[in-house]
Amino acid sequence: MNFPAIAAIYRFEMARFFRTLTQSFISPVISTSLYFVVFGAAIGSRIQEVEGVSYGTFIVPGLIMLSVITQSISNGSFGIYFPKFIGTIYELLSAPINFLEIVIGYVGAAATKALFIGVVILATANFFVDITIAHPLAMVMFLVLTTITFSLMGFILGIWAQNFEQLQLVPLLIVTPLIFLGGSFYSISMLPQIWQTISMFNPVVYLISGFRWAFFGTADVPIAVSMFAIFAFLIACLGFIGWIFKTGWRIRK
Amino acid sequence: MVNILKVEDVRKAFPSGFEALKGVSLDIDEGEIIALLGPNGAGKTTLISTICGITSATSGKISIGGFDTATEYRKARNLVGLVPQEITLEPFETVMNTVRFSRGLFGKKRNDAYIEKILKQLSLWDKKDSRTMELSGGMRRRVLIAKALSHEPRVLFLDEPTAGVDVELRKEMWEVVAELKRDGVTIILTTHYIEEAEEIADRVAVISKGEILLIEQKDDLMARMGQKRLKVELQSAIETIPSDLAEYALALDSKGETLVYTYDTKADRTGITKLLADIAAAGLALKDIQTVESTLEDIFVDLVHEDAA
Repeated sequence: MNFPAIAAIYRFEMARFFRTLTQSFISPVISTSLYFVVFGAAIGSRIQEVEGVSYGTFIVPGLIMLSVITQSISNGSFGIYFPKFIGTIYELLSAPINFLEIVIGYVGAAATKALFIGVVILATANFFVDITIAHPLAMVMFLVLTTITFSLMGFILGIWAQNFEQLQLVPLLIVTPLIFLGGSFYSISMLPQIWQTISMFNPVVYLISGFRWAFFGTADVPIAVSMFAIFAFLIACLGFIGWIFKTGWRIRK
Repeated sequence: MVNILKVEDVRKAFPSGFEALKGVSLDIDEGEIIALLGPNGAGKTTLISTICGITSATSGKISIGGFDTATEYRKARNLVGLVPQEITLEPFETVMNTVRFSRGLFGKKRNDAYIEKILKQLSLWDKKDSRTMELSGGMRRRVLIAKALSHEPRVLFLDEPTAGVDVELRKEMWEVVAELKRDGVTIILTTHYIEEAEEIADRVAVISKGEILLIEQKDDLMARMGQKRLKVELQSAIETIPSDLAEYALALDSKGETLVYTYDTKADRTGITKLLADIAAAGLALKDIQTVESTLEDIFVDLVHEDAA
């Protein structure tokens, strides 16, 4: 393992994050506050408790997941797409490093940034609603696994994308709808039966449900199924990255 | 001399069927400067990219410092620094950080004293905290060189280091290359400026259409292939060359004022003394005489031309 190289990539990527720290920090704080104003105060006051918790508190896990997933994907994809776009990828390809080390460096940095955002949102939410976490360890585990998995997915996206439009396309057309329809702001059990069934095909449902279980101890789907889903997705992403590694797809001519 | 780079029958075919390298072999000794000369599209960049691991060879074997680039790529790549043709730098990062990043990528421990040394050598030290986007083109290219040298490589590839660079900067770049050579770095540079090869290379390899046409000591090549021309300017113009001078295969310029005699510098007898005597005997009065040596450019054009024929 070329650890100095992993550290170099990680530090270089984190430097990008710290250069725009104000933006990185302020933007999730503002958007979270807005969600609480709109969903928590304006609409939430008219909604009864959901699964035994106030609506404002109920949306906290979904809100964190929403930001963490989108941030993971955008950080993961941009981190590797940018060197491809400006041409500095030649350095990665000619350095004595293997693909796994590149992935650890980039995905590690992307996941760290997303994790930071997740914590900021949790802290911000704390100002608006009372939050008690039923299973703190499980909460941290879900958060970490989600950031890693979606940063990996972002990395794949960044390798695949050949222009900025493609880079935006998947998050915009696929990921965001899946997150919004994955029960970020509602419980799947509130839906008509047919939509409940359809929702079961949305992988994000399992993540949000599991994450919500970690907070409140109740969930739409059994926790074991959620655990299985996140691990399955993680393994799928790793498998795909392994394939890219072997073939040099879209990286090495 | 110790061999530092060995390329054996390397082929590179693209999926389209285009063969960019058609069995290239090269042996490069430590400490020399090799100029890879060739027209656009000859395969220069493909060859360098293949050696450095940016593209993979279809077949053939490459070893750097005795390490196979496929099976022992970490050890092989540790010895190599690459300065690409295009100036590509992370625009928002400082010079110092981007050079540190390169050193880290090559698995080397942080060593700011060493980076300071290279940045000073490349006249970049006072720009170390500037963002790369704030630098001029010449400076950015030097940052690329600093990045390539950051991990103390033994072989440096410079892919068209002076393409699109003005004369002054080009001279500056040559000085940098000469200094690197003094430090014992082996340098392989591609160029299509013959002047560049002539100025700084020890050996010249000519590549055309994916094949190495020749690789030779620059001076030997110039001596072997080089011809000299003697230009004899006449007092008054003539219409035809006198028949007495037919044996010299002279050429007459369009104004009829200058006779041009081409001769081989290596020959025992150049025939100049006799020619001058015969010109006088033919009744022609001389105004001036000068000799012109053929440049690497002429040799190169001849070679590539022959290859195309």
